Amino acid sequence: MDQSFDARSVPGRLTRALRLIGQAPLTAKFGMVVVAAYAFVAVFAPWLAPYDEVEVVSRIPFDGWSAEHLLGTDQLGRDFLSRLIYGARNSISIALVTTVISFVIGCLLGMFAALVGGIVDQIISRIVDALMSVPDLIFILMILSIFGSSIPNLILIIAILTSTRFFRIARAAALNVASLDFVEAAKVRGESLLWISVNEIFPNILPLILSELGMRFCFIFLSIAALSFLGVGIQPPTAEWGSMVRDNAALINMGDITPLIPAAAIAFLAIAVNFVVDWLLNRASGLNEEG
Amino acid sequence: MTVTAEAAPVLEVRDLRIDAKSNDRWSQIVKGVSFAIRPGEVLGLVGESGAGKSTIGLAALGYLRPGARASGGTVRLLGTELLAIPEEERRPLRGTKVAYVAQSAQAAFNPAHRLMDQITMVAVDRGGLTRAVAEKRAVDLFAALQLPDPQSFGSRYPHQVSGGQLQRAMVAMAMICNPALIVFDEPTTALDVTTQVEVLISIRKVIEDFGVAAIYITHDLAVVAQIAHRVAVLRYGEVVEEAPIAEIMDNPQHPYTKSLWAVHEMPAEPSGAHGAKGQPLLSVETLSAHYQDFQVLKDIELAIGRGETVALVGESGSGKSTLGRVITGLKEPSQGRIVFDGKPLPEKVRQRSLELLRRIQIIYQSADTALNPRQTVRKIVGRPLTLYQGLRGAAREARVAELLRMVELDETHADRLPGQLSGGQKQRVAIARALAAGPDLIICDEITSALDKVVQAEVLRMLIGLQDRLGVSYLFITHDIEVVRAIADRVVVMQHGGIVEQGGKEEVFSPPHAPYTGKLLASVPDMAVGWLDRIMAARAV
Repeated sequence: MDQSFDARSVPGRLTRALRLIGQAPLTAKFGMVVVAAYAFVAVFAPWLAPYDEVEVVSRIPFDGWSAEHLLGTDQLGRDFLSRLIYGARNSISIALVTTVISFVIGCLLGMFAALVGGIVDQIISRIVDALMSVPDLIFILMILSIFGSSIPNLILIIAILTSTRFFRIARAAALNVASLDFVEAAKVRGESLLWISVNEIFPNILPLILSELGMRFCFIFLSIAALSFLGVGIQPPTAEWGSMVRDNAALINMGDITPLIPAAAIAFLAIAVNFVVDWLLNRASGLNEEG
Repeated sequence: MTVTAEAAPVLEVRDLRIDAKSNDRWSQIVKGVSFAIRPGEVLGLVGESGAGKSTIGLAALGYLRPGARASGGTVRLLGTELLAIPEEERRPLRGTKVAYVAQSAQAAFNPAHRLMDQITMVAVDRGGLTRAVAEKRAVDLFAALQLPDPQSFGSRYPHQVSGGQLQRAMVAMAMICNPALIVFDEPTTALDVTTQVEVLISIRKVIEDFGVAAIYITHDLAVVAQIAHRVAVLRYGEVVEEAPIAEIMDNPQHPYTKSLWAVHEMPAEPSGAHGAKGQPLLSVETLSAHYQDFQVLKDIELAIGRGETVALVGESGSGKSTLGRVITGLKEPSQGRIVFDGKPLPEKVRQRSLELLRRIQIIYQSADTALNPRQTVRKIVGRPLTLYQGLRGAAREARVAELLRMVELDETHADRLPGQLSGGQKQRVAIARALAAGPDLIICDEITSALDKVVQAEVLRMLIGLQDRLGVSYLFITHDIEVVRAIADRVVVMQHGGIVEQGGKEEVFSPPHAPYTGKLLASVPDMAVGWLDRIMAARAV
């Protein structure tokens, strides 16, 4: 008896991950390829871009597409394609940092609230409710106009606002896990709250939060673009897709689609990430089914 | 549908093969099972978990769990080949021609609807009965099942009746359309012994009164001896032996059947045979505890000596688990105190030193929830070593391997996740984790009740052996009298939060008994045909 599982070998982590990706639906694979392509462009921007990010390369602003400047030039005569490539680097890295910060804050607080419970949970949860009740964009606009628009300010305020979403999910998921015997066993063993959070709770709620992670990345990415479009986000001369749309919007009137390209780049990444997230979500719920 | 002759079988299963998918591989879990059930006959399906009992039981309804497929054989219900017709044609048969009684009525009833609505639903939807007729029949069934106040019983919600009553309500739901066959899937396993007797009597009575054929799935041989006419013993999806009940009880043929029977008669060791019983280790003094206004523990006085096993017996709700929680510091007492090794024990976990926490360990009933599914066995067993003894690296690795060998597991199990272990193996890992702390007292909260009899006996033997070697004390919380007989030195019987009787094992288990102890002992089914008959006869007088 008791040996029914002995024969099964445990495959390595990498092979399992590869097999998993192989089984993913076409949309998810497509999403992964697109995300990978964006990441590649972001990392290797200086080598890929024909010109520098802030270099004025032409006397003619709003120049049309040509062999020299594939996507023409912007309002100051900078190469549009180069700015598009550098924009990927700036937008994605800022959104990524913001997402990670909000993830860490939200998860830690959420697990803490679920584990401690009682009045502590009440206080944290009500503060989160208050933060969530203010419309995000208006809140960010207000804070940025008070403290000034800098990249650290931008990251911090968006991270704090987004962490409320992570908090909600982490707390709800952690509440379910916290009631299980192995958490109680850890308490009886004399483990600290942080140890229990990181070792006992976090690995069990991760599948649920992972999908939220991708989704929030999209939202953060979009809000940064929107803020830049409004002129309070990432400030010139740093290339950013949202502000590139705004600065060159006038071209639309002349029948030039160039300003739509950064907008399309934003939309394309958002869709690709969502494809991957959808797949992760399905997998997370499938895991629950298997018990 | 063909017209069946009087003696034709209600259900005929021939060479049934069912595959199940796990880890993207199909494997056969039912391997060519054949049997037939005639009207009024009860077939017992006996075997350990994983033997394919429930899968076969569900196949009798023409139902296969998601991820399973029939790869061969036939299931003929009243002449209809269930596996050949589409699902839409099978569905109307369920509840009307063949019905199912699940293990957990709590999980099977919808808590938001009244019992009557749920019980009559099938009859009205598919059975062609009007609501009034169905309700009348339900009331008759409630009376036949000896449920209290049959007229108004149906107007209650599931949470308003006891577990045993709910299980009988489920039998009523199965009987409502007067089906030809009922599949009972471990209907009394989740119940206390005293409740189990009541439900067994009810099931026996309805089966006899209504002449319905039944499949009775259980792992408890003593129970099957009371209910079934014939028994099929299953192992790894195959019938190893099938015979009339009296025959198989007296003279089991197959080696596996013999081993099952032998396990059931586990030798009860005389107390004092293992471990040197030294000074008192833990004593509980006039302890009471409340949940809000409800008193769960009343004036508990209890002592555990070094190297001693004290069994805490009682029905669910008797407060035995709460007592375990108070000792571990998870629940504060409202009165009284606990003395551990000569010093008063702080009430809360957080007030206790790491050293005190190390010395009292707890093992839970369900290893599924007691082990973190995302930690390897190495991490689970190794963590107390790092926490209490500061062991790391190779020293820790060596100790983990040693502990795994102590609980009769292989070192190779260290890399597994709990999901890759069987139920018995998981419980062994939980035991290894408790031992890793090097405790003086281990509180075992129903640790064998989720295990099969064979595995249970192995785990108990191992625990006794470990006690001899390590001199650890056990507080064994259980409702299973057989476990108590096998392992305890002293027995404490609890009811309604108080201690009814306590003393040495022989003392408590031999007459004269306290009234409640007597009832508890009388409720444990004998391993013999006719035990239930005698009880029923005694009640009729």
